[in-house]
Amino acid sequence: MSDQAALIRTRDLVKAYPMDHGRLVALNHVNLTFQRGEFAGLVGPSGSGKTTLLNILGSLDQPTEGSAEVLGHKVEALSHKEAAELRSRHIGFIFQTHNLFPVYTVYENVEFPLLVLGMSAPEREKAVRSALEWVRLADRAKSKPSQLSGGQSQRVAIARAIVKRPEVVLADEPTANLDAENSRNILETMVGLSRDLQTTFVFATHDEKVIRYLRRKIVLSDGQVVEDTVAQAQFAEQGVRR
Amino acid sequence: MTTYKLALRNLLGGGVKTWLRVGVLSLAFLTIIAIQGVYQGINEQGSDALIAAEAGAGQYWHEKYDPQDPLGLPDAHGVVPKELSQITDAGSAAAILIVQGFMYAGGNLRSVLLKGIEPSQRALSLPTSVLTTTDGEAPALIGTRMARDAGLKVGDLATIRWRDARGTFDAEEVRIVHVMNTSVQAVDSGQLWLPLDRLRRMARMEGEASLIVLGKDATGPGHLAGWNFKDQDFLLSDLRGMVQAKMVGASIIYLMLLFLAMLAVLDTQILSIFHRRKEIGTLMALGVTRGAVIRMFTLEGALNAVLAALAGAVYGGPLLVFAMRAGLPMPAAIEQAGFPIGERLYPAYGAVLVVGTTALVLIVTTIVSYLPTRRIAQLKPTDALRGKLA
Repeated sequence: MSDQAALIRTRDLVKAYPMDHGRLVALNHVNLTFQRGEFAGLVGPSGSGKTTLLNILGSLDQPTEGSAEVLGHKVEALSHKEAAELRSRHIGFIFQTHNLFPVYTVYENVEFPLLVLGMSAPEREKAVRSALEWVRLADRAKSKPSQLSGGQSQRVAIARAIVKRPEVVLADEPTANLDAENSRNILETMVGLSRDLQTTFVFATHDEKVIRYLRRKIVLSDGQVVEDTVAQAQFAEQGVRR
Repeated sequence: MTTYKLALRNLLGGGVKTWLRVGVLSLAFLTIIAIQGVYQGINEQGSDALIAAEAGAGQYWHEKYDPQDPLGLPDAHGVVPKELSQITDAGSAAAILIVQGFMYAGGNLRSVLLKGIEPSQRALSLPTSVLTTTDGEAPALIGTRMARDAGLKVGDLATIRWRDARGTFDAEEVRIVHVMNTSVQAVDSGQLWLPLDRLRRMARMEGEASLIVLGKDATGPGHLAGWNFKDQDFLLSDLRGMVQAKMVGASIIYLMLLFLAMLAVLDTQILSIFHRRKEIGTLMALGVTRGAVIRMFTLEGALNAVLAALAGAVYGGPLLVFAMRAGLPMPAAIEQAGFPIGERLYPAYGAVLVVGTTALVLIVTTIVSYLPTRRIAQLKPTDALRGKLA
């Protein structure tokens, strides 16, 4: 991968957890770069370090050694407040279990990141409506998460992740709890967003359905990158169902 | 503002659970204010009654006068100083002569205090003007308690016996000309009010008095030899002391109520943080700082008290206003306990009480809401997202 204009860059990234006897190395000298608009996936079995890497890239965690640079910010040097600022402005998250706020409506869930940014009410409304249209849920704005299906909930989570137009969206097993049809819808939505908004999507997944959509596949095993390949061009460019 | 909006949204989103908690808290609020208002009412009403019927704006006591020492009464009298007789003559102070005596009525002999007072006095709100009507026997004024205890009514005759200044026993018949209804036991039970001049003659204590009560507009002449001035604070100290003692008991009740309400808030906060770990993690992932999350949860807890205050104002406000206006019926026993408040007690809910209690509950709720949220400060976003506490 080219190092020029990299949005995310890791250098000899190590994450280790202290154990009773020695330490558990979750990431072992990982060197990666991600460019703007990439649609990449961290692939590997459970325990391979996918989520750990995603957490560090999202400044939710810090490396033990090495460096992780996101949008010019060294994650290891960020204070809690600076990390929160980076996340609020530039990074969107999508979780396996949606993590929507149950007492909020769909609209309010999507609006939340904009409230954190202190955006004005008219701006918020415009952005939320637009995000809900992207995920085709404008008609469910007043629904509560409990009234939605799993696929709809995940689409709300996507809308919440992209509503502030972040440079990076990090998605941890976004389709793990979805059936094939919903997974396809979700992935197509994300491919479209990546193409239209030039947002960088990085997935952690071991779901074959997701892997087929990736433009770049990074295989992790025992905390190390064992494969980093660019997928066939037609998926990357088309961004449509196969 | 955003934190406030989000906290309010979370709180209202809690639905029935939120409203149950708010209900309990508002009940605690109301009970505290209601009980405090009752004691404030007793204090104010009792003080007003005591001032009007007994204490006045202060009293000059003869140096040997001590209301707790009936045996000292024979010596507790002296000629009213000129400085005081000027204001008693004007009616704005009342000279009172107290003589220990006995009354024979209805076949019973009972110890009484014979109290002489000028019928035209305006210093005390006692119906002393009735003491001018006489057709031979000395006119006597008594209170309802005395009338009930002695079995007397208006028009009845009673024989009184006393010892005059020279130590000679004498006796005379008096006619009950009026039975006054007063909440102040100290001017009623065991007391017989007579015209001052008549009692002075009977007791051979011409121009003398045991104490002089200043009316509300009267100003005392300052220090007088042989007479000690007792101000209102001194004269009302017994009542205030009793109210204070009762308020200690009441305080325990409302501290318990507050404790229960706070326990509900604390419990909710702890459970809330436990159940909402993932939500906390999500908040952090979305860029909310730990400080803001702590503020949000603290505010959410504190808003319980705000909602409780509003709910209390809606359903409790009219109740308190009604109680203030209509009063609460009081048993006679309360007067026997020394609280001169009559048949109805009018609770006093002043701004200080309402605002003070509201502020107190708000502050305590905020502190109680904050304490459990400190755990969030130690929480790693990745742990929270996995549903782990630190």
